[in-house]
Amino acid sequence: MPLVKAGRIIEDRFVRVLDDAPVPEGVPVMLPAARLLADARELVLRQSPTGVIWPNDRRIAELVPYLDWIALVALVFPTFRDGRAYSQARLLRERHEFRGELRATGQVLRDQLLFLHRAGFDAFEVTKEKDTAAFAEALQRYSIFYQPTGDGRPSVLRARLSRGSSSTVPERREFVR
Amino acid sequence: MYLYDDFDRTLVDERVREFRDQVARRLSGELTEEEFKPLRLMNGVYLQLHAYMLRIAIPYGTLSSEQMRTLAHVARRYDRNYGHFTTRQNIQFNWIKLEELPDAMADLARAGMHGMQTSGNCVRNITTDQWAGVAPGEIEDPRLWAELLRQHLTLHPEFSFLPRKFKIALTASAHDRAAVRVHDIGLRMHRNGAGETGFEVIVGGGLGRTPFIGKTIKPFLPKRDLLSYVEAILRTYNQYGRRDNIYKARIKILVHELGAEKFAREVEEEWQSIKDGALALDPAVVAEIAARFRYPDYELLEDNPPELRKARTEDKRFRLWLDNSVANHKLPGHAIVTLSLKPEGEPPGDATAQQMDAIADLADRYSFGEIRVGHEQNLALPHVAQRDLPALWRALDEIGVATPNVNLISDIIACPGLDYCSLANARSIPVAEEISRRFRDLDLAHNLGRLHINISGCINACGHHHIGHIGILGVEKNGEEYYQVTVGGRADEGAELGKILGPAVPYGEIADVVEDIAAAYLELRERPEELFVDTVRRLGVEPFKERVYAAR
Repeated sequence: MPLVKAGRIIEDRFVRVLDDAPVPEGVPVMLPAARLLADARELVLRQSPTGVIWPNDRRIAELVPYLDWIALVALVFPTFRDGRAYSQARLLRERHEFRGELRATGQVLRDQLLFLHRAGFDAFEVTKEKDTAAFAEALQRYSIFYQPTGDGRPSVLRARLSRGSSSTVPERREFVR
Repeated sequence: MYLYDDFDRTLVDERVREFRDQVARRLSGELTEEEFKPLRLMNGVYLQLHAYMLRIAIPYGTLSSEQMRTLAHVARRYDRNYGHFTTRQNIQFNWIKLEELPDAMADLARAGMHGMQTSGNCVRNITTDQWAGVAPGEIEDPRLWAELLRQHLTLHPEFSFLPRKFKIALTASAHDRAAVRVHDIGLRMHRNGAGETGFEVIVGGGLGRTPFIGKTIKPFLPKRDLLSYVEAILRTYNQYGRRDNIYKARIKILVHELGAEKFAREVEEEWQSIKDGALALDPAVVAEIAARFRYPDYELLEDNPPELRKARTEDKRFRLWLDNSVANHKLPGHAIVTLSLKPEGEPPGDATAQQMDAIADLADRYSFGEIRVGHEQNLALPHVAQRDLPALWRALDEIGVATPNVNLISDIIACPGLDYCSLANARSIPVAEEISRRFRDLDLAHNLGRLHINISGCINACGHHHIGHIGILGVEKNGEEYYQVTVGGRADEGAELGKILGPAVPYGEIADVVEDIAAAYLELRERPEELFVDTVRRLGVEPFKERVYAAR
């Protein structure tokens, strides 16, 4: 499954480590949520980046204490119709100001890309090889956004008010780097 | 009327372009039907029994004459010359070809219309009182708030894949014509002790397999907090609503399982974190939207002008229609006119392209170019000068939309049923047609007074049978169509679910049962002014049951 970040297919640096396997030193790893919670004390001392795969039925509040040393959170779409991870993503970015990689995993299709991006995802494990080529287009599909999220795109409500004036007030700090 | 600005127009155009691309990918096989399904659903495209069906939103039930002409054009060009107005201020076209859908949508987009979020597990068309802005005694026009919600919830990135569909309705009148207590979120505008207006927030109402009357979780929400509070409800629902069983996925089940108090606490906690953020409504933002609503430049007129008095005295048919279909307007000398889409023996809520065009012309001539669509599947002209009523009546009568049966027993709400719908167990439309024939005698219908019949062809309850004064539900018994009857339901401010009358009856007997119920009511009511639904409330189901089933 190709990993897309900043519009390009990139190699996945993170090694997935299953529940009982030893955590290798010197490489970035992605761990299941339970493993992270159980071994947090040792994991925090690692020199290489640590990421977590956070299921969509677990409260984000549980993850918050670890966010300052976690490099990656992978959220899960068991099917693209299950939208729980959109809320988790916005909470991570907008409320808890998580600045690491926020990765969409599971069934990730191009028709959801813009929603995912607006919710704060910046990395995508794309289900269909063919969709990767359409990513740039998918992000450009709309120029109008009614509602503010933390993505930095100006919402229509604000744009209307600043229409005719030269100053545009940013609604929020941007998190998309 | 809310007038689209270039932002609104651009968004709709971009949506059409996206959908055109998605249809092309479906036709080429790049998208499977399973992958295409949620995409088409979010544009109001269903696959029905015979063809694709397109559902177009009529936000808060307001249509311009120009938009009505566009609907007529779509009916003529892409469908079989008619459209069907639904119970949620939408219109449906039942015979559209997949290849032609993008063109039909492009034509609609030119008039500022679309099918966005008229189906799928997202926030559906926001509905309100069809008399909003003109009803006497209304606190204020709720359409401003409906429009703010519409914009905020259109293509909302977080809430486009909810556990299930989500319906919001608003009212600002003491008499609730928007059925807010049977919506996922109902918003009732009222004044608090300090004289400020705000919203009572009701959640978890709904019909379907498991009907519930909604619970109030916030007695008074200030207007500035409307978007943030709705966002908090949706976020709570999106995360914790059930996804394991489609029949338990609506918010009403979450509210029921958690209990309204616990649910309210979850929402409150979430809301406290966001209420003072980007969603707090700045008065300048509200003023910007309010400025895009255009109101008629009414003449100063007196009530009961000579033209009206003359026609009322001279023409009995006119008088009958006037007393039945014309309601008071907030301004003197004006009236709200309901156009019955329930002629005897015809499917409820249907209008032909010719009727739509004619109604558009009449709206231009007599109603400042504005038309309303109500949840009872009738239309209304909201700004008619009383002196024009006789001429308007003649024109409406000519095109068959002046049947004086508004709110009477033949003003039936029905879903499309087995004739169109792949979910249905039984036919709805022929039952409605037969009942309207049985009660074609208007004297009888008027004697029975206000009496709402609602018919659903299956337990998904699209015909809202639970809240019909008489509710009729189609079920299947050994491969045959049967109908279960409830009485005493109501959707207004005293909302209640109907109670089952007795065993289901076969197709051939359902109209007889309705006649028996009507006869029982005439016998049981205390006085002519006691409405059917009040007689049921006073006496309960038993005396009706006895009379209906005695002979069966």
